[in-house]
Amino acid sequence: MANLDSKAPSGPVESKWTNHKFNLKLVNPANKRKYEIIVVGTGLAGASAAASLGELGYNVKAFTFHDSPRRAHSIAAQGGINAAKNYQNDGDSVFRLFYDTIKGGDFRSREANVYRLAEVSGNIIDQCVAQGVPFAREYGGLLDNRSFGGAQVSRTFYARGQTGQQLLLGAYGALSRQIRLGSVKMFNKREMLDLVTTDGYARGIVVRNLLTGEIESYPAHAVILATGGYSNVFYLSTNAMNSNATAIWRAHKKGAYFANPCFTQIHPTCIPLHGESQSKLTLMSESLRNDGRVWVPKKQADNRSPDQIPEYERDYYLERKYPSYGNLSPRDISSRSAKEVCDEGRGVNGGEAVYLDFEEAIKRLGKKEIEERYGNLFEIYETITGENPYNVPMQIYPAPHYTMGGLWVDYNLMSTIPGLFVLGEANFSDHGANRLGASALMQGLADGYFIAPYCIGDYLAAQKPALISSGHEAFKKSEEAVKEQISRLLSIHGKMTVDEIHKKLGRLLWNKVGMARNETGLKEAISEIKQLREEFRENVNVVGNGNDLNQTLERAGRVADYLELAELMAVDALHRNESCGGHFREEYQTEEGEAKRDDENFSYVAAWEFEDVGKWKLNKEQLDFEFLQLAQRSYK
Amino acid sequence: MNGKKLYLKLKIWRQAAPKAVGAFVNYNVSVSPGASFLEMLDELNNDLERNNLEPVTFESDCREGICGTCGLVINGEPHGPLRKIATCQLHMRHFKDGETIYIEPFRAKSFPVIKDLAVDRSAFDKIIQAGGFISVNTGGVPDANSILIPKDAAGEAFDSAACIGCGACAAACKNGSAMLFVSAKVSQFALLPQGKPERQMRVESMVAKMDELGFGSCSNTYACEAECPKGISVRNIARLNREYFSAKVKSKNIEA
Repeated sequence: MANLDSKAPSGPVESKWTNHKFNLKLVNPANKRKYEIIVVGTGLAGASAAASLGELGYNVKAFTFHDSPRRAHSIAAQGGINAAKNYQNDGDSVFRLFYDTIKGGDFRSREANVYRLAEVSGNIIDQCVAQGVPFAREYGGLLDNRSFGGAQVSRTFYARGQTGQQLLLGAYGALSRQIRLGSVKMFNKREMLDLVTTDGYARGIVVRNLLTGEIESYPAHAVILATGGYSNVFYLSTNAMNSNATAIWRAHKKGAYFANPCFTQIHPTCIPLHGESQSKLTLMSESLRNDGRVWVPKKQADNRSPDQIPEYERDYYLERKYPSYGNLSPRDISSRSAKEVCDEGRGVNGGEAVYLDFEEAIKRLGKKEIEERYGNLFEIYETITGENPYNVPMQIYPAPHYTMGGLWVDYNLMSTIPGLFVLGEANFSDHGANRLGASALMQGLADGYFIAPYCIGDYLAAQKPALISSGHEAFKKSEEAVKEQISRLLSIHGKMTVDEIHKKLGRLLWNKVGMARNETGLKEAISEIKQLREEFRENVNVVGNGNDLNQTLERAGRVADYLELAELMAVDALHRNESCGGHFREEYQTEEGEAKRDDENFSYVAAWEFEDVGKWKLNKEQLDFEFLQLAQRSYK
Repeated sequence: MNGKKLYLKLKIWRQAAPKAVGAFVNYNVSVSPGASFLEMLDELNNDLERNNLEPVTFESDCREGICGTCGLVINGEPHGPLRKIATCQLHMRHFKDGETIYIEPFRAKSFPVIKDLAVDRSAFDKIIQAGGFISVNTGGVPDANSILIPKDAAGEAFDSAACIGCGACAAACKNGSAMLFVSAKVSQFALLPQGKPERQMRVESMVAKMDELGFGSCSNTYACEAECPKGISVRNIARLNREYFSAKVKSKNIEA
């Protein structure tokens, strides 16, 4: 077991990033154009990085499997983006955002990174406003804010319930401008299927052209992965249909360590399941919890309609259990509480749902104000369920939403493969064991606009990496391997569809590696995942061929990777004998049923090194808390 | 929500490749009314795969009506019979048992079919690349609150910015015009102080690119607004025309 060096600079937390930036090597403007940089993914992190690097003068190639960079799943983020602007004069500061994020992550993230994130948060808002992002405004023309879970200040900037869309379109605009100027070359409909390395350095990528089936090689001096998270391993999640782990997983198999894979976030406010054919789950923004009150009946199996249940027979369990944060308790806690009351038999509409009720807010603020704040979210809800939340309470239930785990990166956002950088949700860095609402957009843009451009310059200037040609043996070998995997998938001709196996995997993970985990369940999960992997290898049916647009083949490749990643999630969850944030081990809880951390033994990042399928070596990065005191999280 | 299953006859456009000849193919499906339209197609595809038949290619991603990836013409209407939703937000409870449903790709001259129901909409990206942005580099921008924007203007800019780039407007238009799409972006920036410096250049280059890519002209039928999943108003087109004429009056580009 090796100890990993985070390369976080020493010194006072407030000056780490400033000093580090000064110490980073620079690339002379005339030399920048000699460097090729690949960016995979065009969500907030990828688009902002590609645009910023293009502006600096590098030659950038950006890749997306979508038909347009604007489709990346960042577009679906609803609620908002945090920034420590203290525009509301309510006591916010960089240090408070830093503190809230570390505490929200249950003390399982790296102090230096999180402080930097808080430090650049204000710049992000400035940048987005300059791009013309239409954030919500007050009557005086200044920016408006709302509150989000895990914070007692109002620091969330928003654009109705479509903040992610507006931020992404801002970054997409910046990217489009660089495409026009020729500094970024855009490759749509390309899916990365391998990372190419020589001498342990990242040298480029191999992709499949999804329209023609051609396997193409692209060399570069540095590669950035900004390909998002892996919640779709659960089959049903709030992620988009095509969000997947393939790029990071294939990089993992080439030597990039995977950190904290068991830290997954189950979001408390999603629309409950409607039936077997369900393809994905829809999130209802956490911002709704600013004004909506969460409750279930006090009695078990109470089938009365909500308006027939009087106040004194309702249990506003979040307000009861966590009076100071109430309905705005962090996500992990809110989700677990929902599961608890449903497990007690007090869930509504068949047992797997709780109410999110706006009756009181409508009385207090008027329907018009509620419409102004949440109108489009209410519309989404009504479109899907056919029920009008102005009249009847919403029904919500937790669903997989975000993955805090991801490829391990050092302070420079570089993975354990030199020259491979990982940004946004794809890396593990800033959210510890639980992410706070409105922090994902912040992290994606911080990484892409303000952090990666500096760190990549330093890597290029210090390492002067060589550029190998796409005809190099390493590319040929990788192309062969990719082609072989594709032809293998197409030649199995089994009896099960890709979706059927994926659904099975999802159910298994949801039950045993979901909101609550225990040793027995995790051990069962590991052996069941191995079996399912065999079943896939022998009995999947991938119809069609590899020479044109074949969506089944695309999904098959992704599911093959999930079947390996899922095992690592269970292995990681089994090894972490403590509860923290989204990782709740039933064996480790306080008397009140809260997560019980073990700081003495588990205050580290678990970074798994791939040895073979189903075989990993554990490496650790010790987490030292120099500036904040380790404490049991309390939102009471 | 789970009610009785619906039995439906689907007539789906199948086309193997961009240049191939396409045709409607019949399928019978049964589906729960709580399922979404695309979930019905997922189920159909799983059935086809189980029978070793090629599934129907159709694109979708977020399934929440925000990414703009999906888009089918259902019974002759882009995104189907309901207003202000994308195809992925359409649910089967809006159909009757026994009904026949025609499913086609978006049809517009500038959106060639790739396969079955998937079309190439990269022309929209090219229009944005022609000027649908504000030219600021990362860093060195003023504090966000130093730019005051009246609440109403911000709200109106947001309404225009809500476009998801799905292409339903062009598919609904008998001329295959992209005016609603272009006007939404032009309006967003025309309404904001940040967009003022490039106002004239932006509208000129975006319109020129739109014409170059073969999108038709606007003849004010408002079909685009009717089918737009985000309810983007045709008032944007009126504003685009104002912006365009005012830009042309001042333009240095006098031969155009």
